[in-house]
Amino acid sequence: MKLVVAIVRPEKLGDVLESLFRAEVRGLTLQRVQGHGGETERVETYRGTKVKMELSDKVLLEIGVSDHFVQPTVAAILSAARTGEVGDGKIFVLPVEKVYRIRTGEEDQAAVTPIEELAPT
Amino acid sequence: MNSSDTAWVLVATALVLLMTPALGFFYGGLVRRKNALNTMMMSVCALGFAGLGWALLGYSLAFGSGNAWIGDLSMSLLRGVGLEPHGTIPHLLFFAFQGTFAIITAALISGAIVERMRFGPYLAFVTLWAIFVYAPLAHWVWGGGWLARLGALDFAGGTVVHVNAAAAALVVALVLRPRKDYARRAILPHNVPFTLLGAGLLWFGWFGFNGGSALAANGIATLAFVNTMLAPIATLVVWTLLDLSRTGRATAVGAATAIVVGLVAVTPAAGFVSPISAILIGAIAAAPSYFALLWRAGTRVDDSLDVVAAHGVGGTVGALLTGVLAQKSWNGVADGLLFGNPRQLVIQAIGVLGTIAFSAAGTFAIIKVLGLAAPVRATAREEGLGLDVTQHGEEAYSRGEGAILVLPEAGPSRGLPAAAPALLETGAGSP
Repeated sequence: MKLVVAIVRPEKLGDVLESLFRAEVRGLTLQRVQGHGGETERVETYRGTKVKMELSDKVLLEIGVSDHFVQPTVAAILSAARTGEVGDGKIFVLPVEKVYRIRTGEEDQAAVTPIEELAPT
Repeated sequence: MNSSDTAWVLVATALVLLMTPALGFFYGGLVRRKNALNTMMMSVCALGFAGLGWALLGYSLAFGSGNAWIGDLSMSLLRGVGLEPHGTIPHLLFFAFQGTFAIITAALISGAIVERMRFGPYLAFVTLWAIFVYAPLAHWVWGGGWLARLGALDFAGGTVVHVNAAAAALVVALVLRPRKDYARRAILPHNVPFTLLGAGLLWFGWFGFNGGSALAANGIATLAFVNTMLAPIATLVVWTLLDLSRTGRATAVGAATAIVVGLVAVTPAAGFVSPISAILIGAIAAAPSYFALLWRAGTRVDDSLDVVAAHGVGGTVGALLTGVLAQKSWNGVADGLLFGNPRQLVIQAIGVLGTIAFSAAGTFAIIKVLGLAAPVRATAREEGLGLDVTQHGEEAYSRGEGAILVLPEAGPSRGLPAAAPALLETGAGSP
């Protein structure tokens, strides 16, 4: 099992979710975050006060997947989140020691396998 | 001159001017947060650009004697617009009151092109539009032009303002094409309370719009004022019942829209129909706009904030019903179909069709000419980032985290805050 952590542009989130859905990746968590990935700083002006915005809005996705799902998940995010400009984000794949599904108490592989009859059709 | 008339029109002018920032709130609440400022700026800057175009040139083209189609340049640059009487109020006040109408009409169009038009071309567009489309149309109806001679009834601008703005809105929406996310992603209003605030302020300002159009503090002003209260009341009730019967829920965006539709519908009728007719107009106007909204959302026409459904359909219904329900015993001018003058309805229909044709053609010419000079459409990247940051360099809801003060080069040597470089080195949790 792996944890795929992806940081993407907020304006690409719609595309990423659609792409993940097509790749049949169900079950994810997302957070709105702020970060800096080397992109050109934005300058904003408020009543003559100039400020450099060092941090940009990003979206952080966390997806727990079984090993054979890592590649499809990563590929889906890579293709959907890319604009080609600095600041497109990163994907990290982390090892996972233990997974529990709270509802059933299932562990590991079973806990990250979607339940077919409950999956949306 | 009459001092009470002057006092009322002075107040009414301020009320109508307030409608344009109010429209900014109405529209601003309906767009995504990344475009909130841009949308509100489209209304706010119309105050400046359409207003200046009106003062320098538009007023003369609308109210100079000219011919049946357009005024002349006799009053350009405000020549001869002084304190002499115009009816019972000073000419200068009449000019200012009319100016507020030109401004809001231009601003209304922006609802069709939000979230995708570059701001510079937008400014050029509203300026030219107020001069070359709005002013001739105002001349037709209020400046002694052919519709006035024909006997068309348009008390406060059902055709001049609303049908006109809606025809222009449809044209620019089609020329600019849909937003890249339109019909692909859910595009939700980011602040519905803003929209309700805008609707409330629009209603408040509309008392000046319709009540002030009597250009006097008299019985007709009272009739128009009260009708401005009654028609939206009826629209709000019918709209809410339609919402409840269709979905079981009365929506806030629906209520805000209903208020505007009722106001639009009563605008041409305000000083011409009885109060009970105003209630009838408000009630009847709800359904066509309601179903036009539902139908439009399923098409490829990205009239983003439904200028056509609210102002075009509502304005047309109002203009036609004025031809049905006008009552000489109330207005002293003309009767409508129901009171034995079917010809009035035909004249009203001619007014609507003439307005649509001229407005659509003029708007198409302006936006196409502007398109030759510079791209009018924002790039896909700008659309993605949002027009607030890309067009204005500001955010509506800035959190300020990670913002570093940029000090002028030659200013006092205070240096950058020490925290700034450290912030970058630690990466603040993200690569």
